[in-house]
Parts: sequence; C-alpha cells; structure tokens
Amino acid sequence: MNELELYVHIPFCVRKCAYCDFLSFPSKEDLRQEYVNALIREIRGYGKRYASCHVPTVFIGGGTPSILSSTQIQAVFSAIRETFRVDPEAEITMEANPGTVTEEKLLAWKGAGVNRISIGLQSVRDEELRMLGRIHDHRQFLDTWRLVRQAGMENVNIDLISAIPGQTPESWRETLRKTVELAPEHLSVYSLIIEEGTPFYEWYSNGPRDPQSEDRGRGAKKDASQDARDGAQGPADPAGASGSDDQQYPPLPDEETERLMYEETENILTEYGYARYEISNYAKPGCACRHNIGYWQRKAYLGIGLGSSSLIGTTRFCHTPDMETYLACAGDPGKICEEEQFLSKKDEMEEFMFLGLRMMCGVRKSEFFRLFGIPVDTVYGETLKKLREYGLLEIEKETIRLTKRGIDISNYVFAQFLLS
Amino acid sequence: MAADQSKIRNFCIIAHIDHGKSTLADRIIEMTGLLTSREMQSQVLDNMDLERERGITIKSQAVRIVYRAKDGEEYIFNLIDTPGHVDFTYEVSRSLAACDGAVLVVDAAQGIEAQTLANVYLALDHDLEVLPVINKIDLPSADPERVVEEIEDVIGLEAQEAPRISAKTGLNVEEVLEQIVNNLPAPQGDPSAPLQALIFDSLYDAYKGVIVFCRVREGHIKAGMPIRMMATGAEADVVEVGYFGAGQFIPCDELSAGMVGYITASLKNVKDTRVGDTVTNADRPCSEPLPGYKKVNPMVYCGLYPADGAKYPDLRDALEKLQLNDAALQFEPETSIALGFGFRCGFLGLLHLEVIQERLEREYNLDLVTTAPGVIYKVYKTDGTVIDLTNPSNLPDPSEIEYMEEPYVSAEIMVTSEYVGAIMDLCQERRGIYVSMEYIEQTRAVIKYDLPLNEIIYDFFDALKSRSRGYASFDYEMKGYQRSELVKLDILINKEPVDALSFIVFKDTAYERGRKMCEKLKGEIPRHLFEIPIQAAIGSKVIARETVKAMRKDVLAKCYGGDITRKRKLLEKQKEGKKRMRQVGNVEIPQKAFMSVLKLDED
Repeated sequence: MNELELYVHIPFCVRKCAYCDFLSFPSKEDLRQEYVNALIREIRGYGKRYASCHVPTVFIGGGTPSILSSTQIQAVFSAIRETFRVDPEAEITMEANPGTVTEEKLLAWKGAGVNRISIGLQSVRDEELRMLGRIHDHRQFLDTWRLVRQAGMENVNIDLISAIPGQTPESWRETLRKTVELAPEHLSVYSLIIEEGTPFYEWYSNGPRDPQSEDRGRGAKKDASQDARDGAQGPADPAGASGSDDQQYPPLPDEETERLMYEETENILTEYGYARYEISNYAKPGCACRHNIGYWQRKAYLGIGLGSSSLIGTTRFCHTPDMETYLACAGDPGKICEEEQFLSKKDEMEEFMFLGLRMMCGVRKSEFFRLFGIPVDTVYGETLKKLREYGLLEIEKETIRLTKRGIDISNYVFAQFLLS
Repeated sequence: MAADQSKIRNFCIIAHIDHGKSTLADRIIEMTGLLTSREMQSQVLDNMDLERERGITIKSQAVRIVYRAKDGEEYIFNLIDTPGHVDFTYEVSRSLAACDGAVLVVDAAQGIEAQTLANVYLALDHDLEVLPVINKIDLPSADPERVVEEIEDVIGLEAQEAPRISAKTGLNVEEVLEQIVNNLPAPQGDPSAPLQALIFDSLYDAYKGVIVFCRVREGHIKAGMPIRMMATGAEADVVEVGYFGAGQFIPCDELSAGMVGYITASLKNVKDTRVGDTVTNADRPCSEPLPGYKKVNPMVYCGLYPADGAKYPDLRDALEKLQLNDAALQFEPETSIALGFGFRCGFLGLLHLEVIQERLEREYNLDLVTTAPGVIYKVYKTDGTVIDLTNPSNLPDPSEIEYMEEPYVSAEIMVTSEYVGAIMDLCQERRGIYVSMEYIEQTRAVIKYDLPLNEIIYDFFDALKSRSRGYASFDYEMKGYQRSELVKLDILINKEPVDALSFIVFKDTAYERGRKMCEKLKGEIPRHLFEIPIQAAIGSKVIARETVKAMRKDVLAKCYGGDITRKRKLLEKQKEGKKRMRQVGNVEIPQKAFMSVLKLDED
C-alpha cells in the first residue's frame, strides 16, 4: 500500500517579515475564506485518484496557518479526511505564530486531529525580533507557549534563526538556553539567509560574504528608502524609526561570529538532551518530524494550495503562485500545475544522495541498490573514496554519513554527487 | 549584365570611428532600393553581431547597388565599408585597393580627427579620388562651415561643394549619390586583356568553401575558367562568380575589368588563397602580379587556450579560418603547465585581440582562456645573442640577461585644449616621454609622446576617453626599441608557480602590479578545503601575498518539500563553477582568473 504525505499551504500572514521569501502575504478576511473554499475544491477534486494511498503525515504550513479561524481549519480537515485515508496514528502538524493563537483555536485544531505544533519563535530578544520584522515579542511567545501546552499538545517544535543582524554569540546563547529550558520536543535552527526580493536583500546584499555559502549578504546598506515605501502593511521597521532616512541597519555577524554561534548550537542543544538528526533539526528521542524525514527519504508527497510542491512517483511539480489563477482553477489540478519536472534515474540517484545525506543517520548502500538496481559504489565509488579521504564522509559497511566536518560544508559534499 | 565600365563606380566610405560611415552606407543602400526600409536592419553592412553591438566596423564589407542618376542612366555602385579603428588600418588599406574613389565622411561637430587623416592619406596613397561629405548637420553643435575650412586647411582638399548631410535622417544623401556619379572616376582596364584580379578579402563558407573577394583589373573571369594564384601557385577551376547583394552572394555570368565580385573555385586548402595575391587565367596568364599589400606585423601577443582541452584542434581550425582574411593575425602552438595546449597569438592591438577572441567564441562556439597580453621584448643575453620574447615563460634566467629592451610607439593625441593637462598627466603616468605639442587651431592641440607599447595595450584607450570625456583621439605608430628596466613577475598559488599568470613588467611598477594581482586573484579563487597562499614574486623574492581562507562552513539552510528543486539548481551552479576551473597542483583556478590581470586598473 502506497504512502502519500500531505502538505497544505496557507499563504497568509499578519505582516510580511523582512527576511521572508515564502509565498505569503497579508490578506483580508474574504480572501482567506475564498482561499479556504478553493482548497476544499482542490482536495475534493482529487476524488478517488489517491484512493489506494494512506496518509502517514499532514503538515499545514505557511505563511501563518494559525491566522485562519477555527471553522476554516475544521473545514479543511474535514475535506482532507473525506478524500484521503489519513492514518489513525498520523503525525499532523500545524504551524503557528505567536500573536495569532488562541485557546479556542487550539481546541479546534485538537478536535481536527492536530497533534504537533510548530511555533516560529526565531529569537528571545525583542530587538532581534523587531529587526526580523516579527509581529510578536518574547512575552507574547511565552503566552502562546503556555496555551499550547495547556491544550495538551505534547509534540511541539520551535523555530530559531541564527546570524540575525546585530546578534552576538551572547544573545544567541541566551536564545538557545531560554528556549531549551521550556523543553520543547523539537527544534529547527537555521542561519538567516538573505533572499532576493526581500527587504533584507535590499539592505544587506552588497555582495556575497562567502562564495561558498548560499545567498548570504554582507555589510549593511546605508540606503534605507526601501522600507519607507512599503507602508503600514509592509515589513516591520527594524529600528522603529519609520520615515527617518538616515537610519542604520545593524551589521550581519561576520563569518567567525557566525561559526561560533553554529558551534554553540550543537553544544548547548546536545547538553540539553537533543539529538541532531538532520543538518538543521534537533529532537528529543522519538520526536523527530516524520513528515520532513519523508522529504529527505524521497517519499511521495502531495502539496495542496497556492504554490505548493509535490513529488508523485518520479515527477516533481508545483502549483501556480498566482492567487487569481488558483482561485479560479483550484478544482482542476491540471490547470494549477506548473513547472513539471520528470526525474531521470540519474536525477533520482543524485537526490537520493544529497537529500539522504542531510540526515545524520545517512544513507544505506542496500537501499540504493534496492531502488536503482546498481551498487552505489559503481555509480559513486570515486566520489565516496575522495570525500572519505577528505574526512567529509564516514562509511561503515552499509552506511554512508556525513562527518562533523562534512556537515559544516555539506553543500560542497552534496555538489560532488551530481553526475555531470 | 553587360558591363559598361563608364557606368561603374567602385568606392569606399572612410571616416574616423563614430563619424557615421555605416549609417551613410545604410542610407545609400536603402535609397537605391536594394532593400526596402522595412527589410533594413540598422547598419546592414555590419553583419557580425559583434559589429552591431559595439557600433564599430571590423571587417570590410562589400555590396553592389544600382542607382538611377538624374542624368537618366543606371549606375552600378560597388560600395565597400571599412573599419575606422586604428587597429584595423590594414583592413582599410586592403579595401582601398579595390576602389577607384573614396567618400570621406567628416562629423560636422567634431571635425577632423586622427583617423580621418590617417584614412585620407591611405586613400591618396592608393591614388583614389576623395569626395568629402559633411555629416551630422542635424546636430545642434554642428558647424559645417568650420569643418569645410578645416578640410581645406588640414587636408588640402577642395570642400566648398561637399554635400552637407544627415545620414541619420537621409537629408541630402541624394546629393552624395550624384557626386559619386559625377566626381568619382569610372574604372579602367581592358576586358579582353589577360586576367589580372586582386584578392582583397576572402572567407570560408561551409557550403561553398573558400570565397575569394576580388577586384578585376584587367581581363575577365567566368565559371569554368582555369585560374592560378600567382603567389601561392595554386591552380583551380572557377566554380562560380558573382557580386555582393545585401548580405548574400548573387551569381552572375562573368566579372570583367573594373568589376568587384567574388569567385569560388575548386580550392581545397584555405591557405591557397592569400589576401593581396593576384588571380590570373592559368591558360593565358598576365605578365606580372599586381602590387600586393604591405605586410602588417602583430604588436601584441597573448596565449589563447581552449577551455576544454579536447577543443584544441577546433581552435587551430578556427584560427586558420580567421587568418584567411585577417593577415595580421598570427599564431603558433604553445604549451602551458596550467592551461595545457594552446596558441601564442599575435595581434595588432588590444581591440584586435578582443575582436578575434569574441569571434572565436561566437562564430566558432569556442570557450577560451586568454592570458595577459604582452608585447615583444628584446632580450640581450650575456652570450651576445638576442631573443625576441613573446611569452614571459621563455624569459631566460636573470643571470644570462645582459639587458632588455621594450618597444615604444610615437603617439599622437588630438584633444581640445581643456583636457590637455589631463592627457599629459596620463601620458606621464604611463612612462611617456614628451615630444611636442602644437595647436592646430585655437582650441585643439596635437600632443606627441613616445610611450612604451606595454603601457598602452591594456586600457590606454579607455583612460584616454574617460579623462577627456570622449574628446581625445589617438593614433600611434611603432617607433623602435629602447632599453628598459624590466622584470618578470611570477604568481605562485599554493606555492606553485602558475606559468600562465607570469608577465613582464617595468621594475618600478612591479610591486604595485604584484599587489593588485594578488588581491584580484584572492577574489577569483574560490575557497578550498585548505588555505591557499597567493604570492607575487620576482625571482625567488616574494613581493606580495594574499591568502584564500579555507572553506569552513556553509550557511545552515533548510531543505523541505518546496526547496528541493531550488537546492538542486544551487548545487548544479556550484558544480558548474567547478567545471570552468583549471587544476594547478591541488588548487582549482577559475578560468576567468587568468584574464583578471587584464583588468587590474579597474577598481
């Protein structure tokens, strides 16, 4: 029997954060209701297509899904359960942001079967939260946290971001410690990435800080005119000085500072009993996120909603990011589908390696052989030998995994697995 | 078409760069109805993409058009467009040999410039009738009367009757056509004499093979005729003759004395046809060849390497084909430890180098790595021998060198008076030796300097333009060699000398160059798993150092369902970057790093 993970995208938030490049935007209530109606049309539109599949995980992500009303969320779940065979033991995650969560909503979610909550905290320092353009302060987060626990949610993730402009190793340690003291079951920790098309990109993209890293920026741009034009609905004004043209943005932490923060993360989280099970994810024993592991193991997943991505069989595709098109055509999967990519065997082998190696447990040689009918050493023998010599991979009989140094420069390692 | 010589006009258009030569050619083509304005692409004769993009003419182009004059007769015009840049003087010279007259275009605002003079003298050398035309009279700053006086005073050409035109709008272009008919001579030559035709250009076509462009001086030529190339001795039968339409070859029955056209023949080897050679009838040869062209010598050398080593034969092939109609291009094989097999190539100047490089990349689809351009140094060795050094790697050990000489040029810079100071500063910075300055009129001066060629091959043109806000024009000729304090600067990457990065430099600027070079390379070489020192050294003495830090960690990025496709692209980009690298020892050096030396003065 086939498994199919479900992801539902809610592209709404109260206000766009300054670093965020997700498909998400502020909205009025009518649009949200229209969107929920469209989601339901999309879900029902699948009819019997996935009748043979059972659903081990559901993830409601965003944006800020917790912005939706209880009724709206309930309606979405009803449609899901009518159309798909959701396992009784399914992991059902809801993303929630402080400032949008109420006791009433939590009860409704629980009633709909939600058993895992993922809270976007990012930092415990209010000035850092402001810098990021978050709508909440730390006190509001604590309120949300208390509500979540009171509602009996026993599997909770907290998202944190390191390398925020102005952040110091001390403030990062404080964020880590104050967070682990709450004893969440799971923590996701990323470095801030300066993405194109965000206000941060305008402020910080004076050129890549390091050619090896992703799209990080360097040095604060003096020109602040960018944020003034965005008005009330725009990103937060990090310095709280809207309208002032001569404001300065705090600098991004330099490379060494960032590296220090990165080392501290693993030290402190390990000290508190969390195990790193993926490059940027930590969990208490037994609390790793099954849904996300599915992505790295290349399990089939169906994305529902605006701009969402899917992997079905050997095809990756994603939905239109255009709201108008989506609302008009949601009931007709063919019309909202864009960017179809058919994976060749080579593509699949590459993905198997660069996604699988993200997990600390690594990949298994026998699994590679089972999937592709060819020994991994025949395909990647040279690469594996070289990376092992460089001390980036650890190979024990069956298992191939990243070493600590390999984790540090994982992009370098992964790139080696692309077959010309 | 039976050719009546009196109804033929073979002419070229000559001008300083940017004075509107190609625009006038376009307008003439359009007005004679060869192409409707709808079919006209701007600048028809600049048919290389490169020419259109840069707005310069690189290759001479010929086109035949028919003009019905006011006297009611139809005339055949063979119009040959010529380049205006100093690097391409030899191209101009070749085209002129195919003409009987020249239309001299002078900008009504800028007046006479260095290349105006140079081209006029070339035309007069070839005994061409010169017809002056004042262009751009629609510009607010146009002063046609001043320019007319200038032409009469400086060149000594009668210019009162010169058409005042705007090639852009088409104003008075008709007058130019009439004057071509009335003032330029018709060709001479006896159609029944033994064949004597001058090859002024040629190109290689995948379908037709070698296409020879020629001007028939005496006799006639037609398909089936056995021909002989008088210099190379190659013989072949003519397959096709014809003339030049707009961007196409139009076959005809024969080309007779006075006509300009093309020949294709059963020629196997591209080397058999040499520009400047004379074509004759193998069965009824003429007594002697026409005078050829002055041979031009390259002044700038650099190494050209295929990015993909397997493309070496393709590069050789492409260079051979380009050389076919570019006599100034020279090349010989060389080997570099860092770059593998390639060619040391000689060019007339940096623009010529760039143009060849771009043509190789675009027309022949080759990815190239270019090493720093250099000049020919004379190395006087202690054993009394002298070497002409074109490749820095071949510099003998300092202990074997008595002294070295570098080439100097006599430079003539024409500039308006307010920029005289700035230009003189520039020449001083470039080790120039002041020769003279004279005002040719109140506001314009000609400054003469002797400059080391080495100092002008990099970015002298750009510096000149920027310091004079585009008003200075520049011409130079080789002067000779002078003794100079020169050293070889080596670059060591991870302690290994990289031969392709070595260059010869004036001793006093070596430190500065070395430092800039290390800085530049630091930015070009990606981080590796280990630290990489970059050093500049003269002999065993290190004069500058930078370090590329080791790769320590990537940014912690998430990777969920929606990120996978993007992640793959990112990894592919990283991997693609690697492909364009050259392995030197343990270090992968991006190909563009080898060219970064070209741009040391940019920041």
